[in-house]
Amino acid sequence: MARPEMQQDTEMPDSGKTIVMDVLRYRPEQDDRPVLQSYEVPFSDDMSVLQGLQYIKDYLDGSLSFRWSCRMAICGSCGMMINGRPQLACKTFLRDIYPEHVRVEALAHFPIERDLVIVMDDFIEKLESIKPYIIEKQPRPLAEGEYLQTPAERDLYEQFSSCINCMLCYAACPQYGLNPKFLGPGIIALLHRYNLDSRDAGAEQRKPLVNSEDGVYNCTAVGFCSEVCPKLVDPANAVNVNKMEAAKDYFLRLVRPRGGGK
Amino acid sequence: MSINLKRSNAPVFWLLFGAGGMLSALVGPVLVFITGIGVPLGLLLPENTLSYTHVHALAHSWIGALFLFAVVALFFWHAGHRIYHSLHDLGLHPGAGAKLVCYGVPLLATLIAVYALASMGYS
Amino acid sequence: MNTPAGNGRRPYMRSMQGWWRRNTFYVEYMIHEATALFVAAYAVVLLVGLVRLSQGQAAWNAWLAALRSPGSVVFHVLVLAAISYHAWTWFQIMPRTLPPVMLKGKRLSAAAITRSGLAAAAIVTLMVFFLVRGLWA
Repeated sequence: MARPEMQQDTEMPDSGKTIVMDVLRYRPEQDDRPVLQSYEVPFSDDMSVLQGLQYIKDYLDGSLSFRWSCRMAICGSCGMMINGRPQLACKTFLRDIYPEHVRVEALAHFPIERDLVIVMDDFIEKLESIKPYIIEKQPRPLAEGEYLQTPAERDLYEQFSSCINCMLCYAACPQYGLNPKFLGPGIIALLHRYNLDSRDAGAEQRKPLVNSEDGVYNCTAVGFCSEVCPKLVDPANAVNVNKMEAAKDYFLRLVRPRGGGK
Repeated sequence: MSINLKRSNAPVFWLLFGAGGMLSALVGPVLVFITGIGVPLGLLLPENTLSYTHVHALAHSWIGALFLFAVVALFFWHAGHRIYHSLHDLGLHPGAGAKLVCYGVPLLATLIAVYALASMGYS
Repeated sequence: MNTPAGNGRRPYMRSMQGWWRRNTFYVEYMIHEATALFVAAYAVVLLVGLVRLSQGQAAWNAWLAALRSPGSVVFHVLVLAAISYHAWTWFQIMPRTLPPVMLKGKRLSAAAITRSGLAAAAIVTLMVFFLVRGLWA
């Protein structure tokens, strides 16, 4: 049953304690709908929910699918619903939930591909659409050297640049769940991050997305996105500041000379 | 998914919602207390506080009329917008009819307020 | 999303039915959104008052008399609770909706923004109250 020792992601904990993990399974080839499956997992106080899942995969049920990579809250792969709240499995500890059951489900508001793996095509398409890179004002030869930026200029966007694309904010946003066309919190936070960067001149190109019917006004300031962010980004702020920007643009276009933008 | 770039007309309604939300957060509680509790019960306020002479004089002045207009109209726009979104939140898929009510009533109320105030004239 | 047939993929979309009951954060959101019903009801009361005022003294006095009925007072106590809760939550959300507020080169904290909002509401409340009392008493 067990794979060779070298390949295992977990070691057998010997604390004697066990915790029940109720995991939402969905195997498209056999399940009509997702079903909870319970596992009794031995654990020690240093084990994360991710390590609990790895224990299940290594020792109890090799068919369980989930995404993970870094184990230290920077790759953004292991976002899932843990007892109903979007969290990184690597950053949530079994000891904090014990003796309750741990209910683990795929991130809310996304289609489930299999078990805890979601379909993220929509997120990736939106990510590409905002041009998440610095768009220069004009082509700049290497010989001119690096861009200079003051600490104050950096402060403006710094928190928004901490986003790791883990999509927890999407699983926290009921407006995204109700209308998946909504650009959503994380993408707007990233868009805002580039718009605020003194080196960037792409705001004008990103504007139609902000202003559109799928843009910022789908947000109703629930604010849960900012509560669940594991990197302390405030996407709700990015979205709501851009509502004001979009409103300015809406009315200013009426007084701007013709040809001054769409 | 294809990304829709059609410009949203929401700014108009969002600004009215925001202005009404702020105004009702600032003066809502005290106004409700004055008109609905304090004066009717004679609590903390003299009974003649809202006498016809006083309130008519208020509505007759530019600044008073503007205040009354802002309160009445913006409270309506704030509530209408929020209720419209709540219908969406509840999964009731508000259609053109709900939109007509949620934004039509505030519009009608605005017009009635203008008419009522204008009919009193200004000093 | 495109799911070509025959590749074994069958992405499952979960329902949003009853989403607002899933955690206390959502429940609170729905409650503060529902204050709009009370704001709307009070706006109707005020609009009727405005119309009655424009119809003359007798009409105005009838409106005042209606406000003295026990039902009306109970209703206004409920409206006061709801609209005060609206004010409280409005200022709780405010730090999320404002661009960074800079004071002496430093960013104002979320808590400080909320406190300023609540303080502003308290000042306006006292001003309106004493203005009404002082002017007309």
